[in-house]
Amino acid sequence: MSGHSDEHADPAVAFESAKLGVWTFLATEVLLFGALFTAYTIFRMKYPELFRVEHAKLDRVLGAVNTVVLITSSFTVVLGVDAIKRGKARMLEVCFGATILLAAVFLCVKYVEYSAKFHHGLYPGTNLFFSLYFMMTGLHGIHVLLGMGLLSYVIVLSRRGRLSASYYTPAEMSGLYWHFVDLVWIYLFPLLYLLG
Amino acid sequence: MEAIGRPEAGGNGGGYLAERGWRSWAFTLDHKRIGAMYLWTTIFFFLVGGVFALLLRLELLSPQTRYFSNHAYNVFFTLHGSMMIFLFIIPAIPSGLGNFFIPLHLGARDVAFPRLNLASYWVFVAGFLVIIGSLVAPMDTGWTFYTPYSAKSAAAVTTLSLGLFLIGLSSILTGLNFIVTIHKLRAPGMTWHRMPLFLWSMYATSIIQVIATPVVGVTFLLLAAERLLGVGFYDPAKGGDPVLFQHFFWFYSHPVVYVMILPAMGIISEVIPVFSRKPIFGYKAIAYSSLAIAFLGFLVWGHHMFTSGMSPLANAIFSFLTFFVAVPTAVKVFNWIATLYKGSITFESPMLYALTFIFLFAVGGLTGPFLGALATNVQLHDTYFVVAHFHYTMMGGTVMGFFAGLHYWFPKMTGKMLNEKVARLAWALVFVGFNVTFFTMFIAGTRGMPRRYAEYLPKFHTENVISTIGSVVLAVGILVMCWNFFQGLRKGGPAPANPWRALSLEWKAASPPDTENFHEIPIVTEWPYGYGTPKA
Repeated sequence: MSGHSDEHADPAVAFESAKLGVWTFLATEVLLFGALFTAYTIFRMKYPELFRVEHAKLDRVLGAVNTVVLITSSFTVVLGVDAIKRGKARMLEVCFGATILLAAVFLCVKYVEYSAKFHHGLYPGTNLFFSLYFMMTGLHGIHVLLGMGLLSYVIVLSRRGRLSASYYTPAEMSGLYWHFVDLVWIYLFPLLYLLG
Repeated sequence: MEAIGRPEAGGNGGGYLAERGWRSWAFTLDHKRIGAMYLWTTIFFFLVGGVFALLLRLELLSPQTRYFSNHAYNVFFTLHGSMMIFLFIIPAIPSGLGNFFIPLHLGARDVAFPRLNLASYWVFVAGFLVIIGSLVAPMDTGWTFYTPYSAKSAAAVTTLSLGLFLIGLSSILTGLNFIVTIHKLRAPGMTWHRMPLFLWSMYATSIIQVIATPVVGVTFLLLAAERLLGVGFYDPAKGGDPVLFQHFFWFYSHPVVYVMILPAMGIISEVIPVFSRKPIFGYKAIAYSSLAIAFLGFLVWGHHMFTSGMSPLANAIFSFLTFFVAVPTAVKVFNWIATLYKGSITFESPMLYALTFIFLFAVGGLTGPFLGALATNVQLHDTYFVVAHFHYTMMGGTVMGFFAGLHYWFPKMTGKMLNEKVARLAWALVFVGFNVTFFTMFIAGTRGMPRRYAEYLPKFHTENVISTIGSVVLAVGILVMCWNFFQGLRKGGPAPANPWRALSLEWKAASPPDTENFHEIPIVTEWPYGYGTPKA
């Protein structure tokens, strides 16, 4: 409003700034999950037997399917970012669209899992293992939703012709964020489903 | 570096303030306007928090509860503490003065992400609106929200947690913005070792904000989940541990006391050399001590929990580590004193507050070891000694630093000069009122008066009466200061670009600065502390 532009005169500086900004933000995300990982460590050390018994109630097959789905979605993000770097906006939209679709599949599987748990009377308050399970996967699920929003925003930008081989910062940054979401799951899956 | 008397650099037509109308503020991307909005907002909360403090002091005039119920008293100290900490001390200097002056100090046109900057202001506003929403069932837990009480209290703890989560998010975004700005937008020639010390302190502050705040965010989320879903992390009946909450809470809240104090120390490092007309002594030591404080601040949270039932070994380790934080802090204080030594000191109002900072913060600092040492802590824990100690560091330190900054930069921010005589009168009232109020609390505390009680034994009556009288003097001083600011805004004389003959870059911009700060991005050739040399 005050005749002020939010884009830097120098696009190289803008890109570098955005990259540092996103990496710093991801550091804060690590710490956000860090407290939950700390809680996991403490309670696991305190009640090894509880964790051994309760983790068997999770569905490893669904968890594994979701792991594959998310890793694939990270791959499609990479393809999309690579496409726009070569100026192929249409390809970017297809790849990011596929990512959003995979993310939706992930959430659907999560929904099936959650309903099954509720059906068996397993709620966040049931015991510490399931409290951790619901809090950690729930927080991760919120991040998946946020990531879907970000990726959709990039698709909108691209359809408006705002992205090109010389300006693809939003695509690259949302890609970074998506890799983080994927990475958190890669830690959550063995921790919750596999370790007994 | 001389800018005095440049005709184009004096109050020319309002600068960034020229545009009018609420939209020009609400949607502005200008870091100076966003900084000014933060200043107004935080000063408002400072005054509201101050009213709650006066209500507490009023109740403590008599040993028995007289004016309010015990519950009302609990609500008042919770509101006083939470407002002062979360809505004033943490954001005031970084988000207010920092937003305003970081780009000016760097020779940049704005922060790295102006839109994000505006967003973080409105997230902050959203946060306090949610907090106001929580007043339907006012908090009575104290500002630390310890479980298990906070998990069970009938107050609107869930709402408040979410409000604080938003405030924390705003704090993270601001810190992130500053880190990127300082890394990427320095003017040509502005090397790390030519940066003003305020920037170093803000850089260290931002690192703490970015690393510590997410932890308190998730702590509050878990507290909300505890109340809504009964997750049991903090509930012994479900195998959880209430002390876990304290660990998480202090992992944030101890480092965050350095978010409160470091920016103030940065201001002091700017003001002392200007009004002593001497180069700052030990520039690198002061710069790196900020980073050292940021680092050490993460290792000492356990000293808040000596009486919470940690293992004796953990207690001893935290006590040991706590003493290390004193080292970089002392490095700063000694370097300021060395800067003052044989300087040509003048006592304008910013300098008066800066010297007050050193004095009061030293008292606060020297009473720290009593609490950091395990043996004396067990005696003094949760007495008025603690209250006095943190008011000397937080109010005597941060708030005095904030006042120093406000007086120092008022001409730059507004293009108007303050009435110096009134400013000094306000300072005298604040100084006397502060010491009468809080020094008395040291005495009450060592004699055993516990904190957070509306009723106390009659033997503490004298101390409490003296303390309340002091708080009234302090309040009058602050009102006089506010009146002075208000008068200065309305009819202060026009400020020259550089009234204090300072050398850092913000004084090369006009007063008030133009929207894009500088007509031409300055090229920096030397550090900003060359006072007393022929060039100055």
